[in-house]
Amino acid sequence: MKMKLTPEEEDMLDGKYGKAAQKSMEILTTLGEIFGAECMVGVSGVQIAGVSYANLGEAGLEFLSEMAEDGKVRVLTTLNPAGMDRENWQALGIDEEFAKNQNRVIDAFAKMGVITTCSCTPYLIGNAPHFGQHLAWAESSAVCYSNSVIGARTNREGGPSALASAITGTTPEYGYHLDGNRHGEVLVKVNAPVKGTDEFGVLGKVIGDKLVELGKKIPFITGISSATVEELKSFCASVATYGGTALFHMESITPEYDRYPKPSEIVFEVDQEDLEKGRSELVDDDIEIDFVSIGCPHASIHEIAKIASLLEGKKVKKEFWITTARPTKRIADEAGYSRIIEDARAKFAADTCCVVAPIKGRFKGMMVDSAKACYYARSRHKFKVKIGSVEECVEEAVR
Amino acid sequence: MKLEGRKIYKGIAEGEAIVTEDGISFYGGVDPDSGRVVEVGHELEGQSVTGKVLVFPSGKGSTVGSYTMYRMMKNNTAPAAIVNEQIDTIIAVGCIISEIPCVDRIDIGNIKTGQKLIVNGSEGTVEVK
Repeated sequence: MKMKLTPEEEDMLDGKYGKAAQKSMEILTTLGEIFGAECMVGVSGVQIAGVSYANLGEAGLEFLSEMAEDGKVRVLTTLNPAGMDRENWQALGIDEEFAKNQNRVIDAFAKMGVITTCSCTPYLIGNAPHFGQHLAWAESSAVCYSNSVIGARTNREGGPSALASAITGTTPEYGYHLDGNRHGEVLVKVNAPVKGTDEFGVLGKVIGDKLVELGKKIPFITGISSATVEELKSFCASVATYGGTALFHMESITPEYDRYPKPSEIVFEVDQEDLEKGRSELVDDDIEIDFVSIGCPHASIHEIAKIASLLEGKKVKKEFWITTARPTKRIADEAGYSRIIEDARAKFAADTCCVVAPIKGRFKGMMVDSAKACYYARSRHKFKVKIGSVEECVEEAVR
Repeated sequence: MKLEGRKIYKGIAEGEAIVTEDGISFYGGVDPDSGRVVEVGHELEGQSVTGKVLVFPSGKGSTVGSYTMYRMMKNNTAPAAIVNEQIDTIIAVGCIISEIPCVDRIDIGNIKTGQKLIVNGSEGTVEVK
């Protein structure tokens, strides 16, 4: 089956717009044909993952440098977290060789016209789509947030395919771009109150694990009476990590919940004891905590304000990182929150996060409010983990 | 014997088949400097895929695997071609950026390690000589 392309798309494929556009269109049309797309659809924004040099290595950097020879982005494009804070990397213990290579990666993206914000929460810092817009986003938590909470439309892209969409301004029209693939598949009844970023993370894990067991992707969730942006951001990260979920509907909360029929054939319930069991799975035995971190996904200004109020007049006794986007950090500077937090000897790690920073083996036990961070701290960094609320994390840090 | 599949990435390549029933993760599972499979417990652990037609069911693992394939191409350690039962995004993108001929929808039970293969990525066929 051959995709229907516009004359401009054909020209890109023929190399009339340069090498990078040609390679990009090859990637996109091949993926389109594999997944049965009939045509391409224009995207209004792109989020690129695969930015940390720890993940990309020399191979990825070489590819990006080659694309940057003549590639330019056509649409609003932002970056996922890098492997270090771009201003404060020395204080956070990153070595100079890594810093040099990380900057080469970011420079290659900048040369292509990418806005190098380095955050997993683009929707909080200016890459903010509206309902129904088509996107090509990588970063699984942001994909889930944009599809579900905003009602925009994107598949789960990888680093190269997201870059290809940035350069061509298009993506193949399949998967979550189409109405027919966005309806809920499983009805999830939550029969217990859920509150706080940590508890929404636990809920994401409980639902994600169950979806994997059922071989389904899109839950329709009932029983949640209210949720903040921060709670939804935590839930998205968790359900995407544990369940591979790119889209969910939440009754009376997400914008498309009444657009499609409510699923009724497959139903499962989440009771208080399921949440407790889920939480216990995110607390390792015999943990010795020497690292506390908040900001997975990146902390919002609201979360930073709360941390500042909890830390005011105190001193932390353990390494404590607040990971956030640089623009959010700037607002915290202006508002005076950064001074309070740094006076308490906690550290900001902007542009980066605990998932992608090269910190394997540096700490023994990590306390976080994020179920996603637990997963990667265990698998990538070999830390023991403990999940807790923001308040409990701060208490642990100052103890 | 000529097997008909689906074209994934263009080009014609000839080489000796190396076949596995296990999925392959290029990121972490294959050493881009030596071209050897390094995943512990993998059927091909310790064997080189360089210059061969690598035949396996499907890709697995991190999306960074596409970049590892690109690195192998730059290092001259890449396979000559790839044949899959069912392509996944990581292998497809890896083949495109590394210009490795690739065909999928092939019953790989028909291919044995050591056989000479001609993979035609432009036609979507695999010829077993």
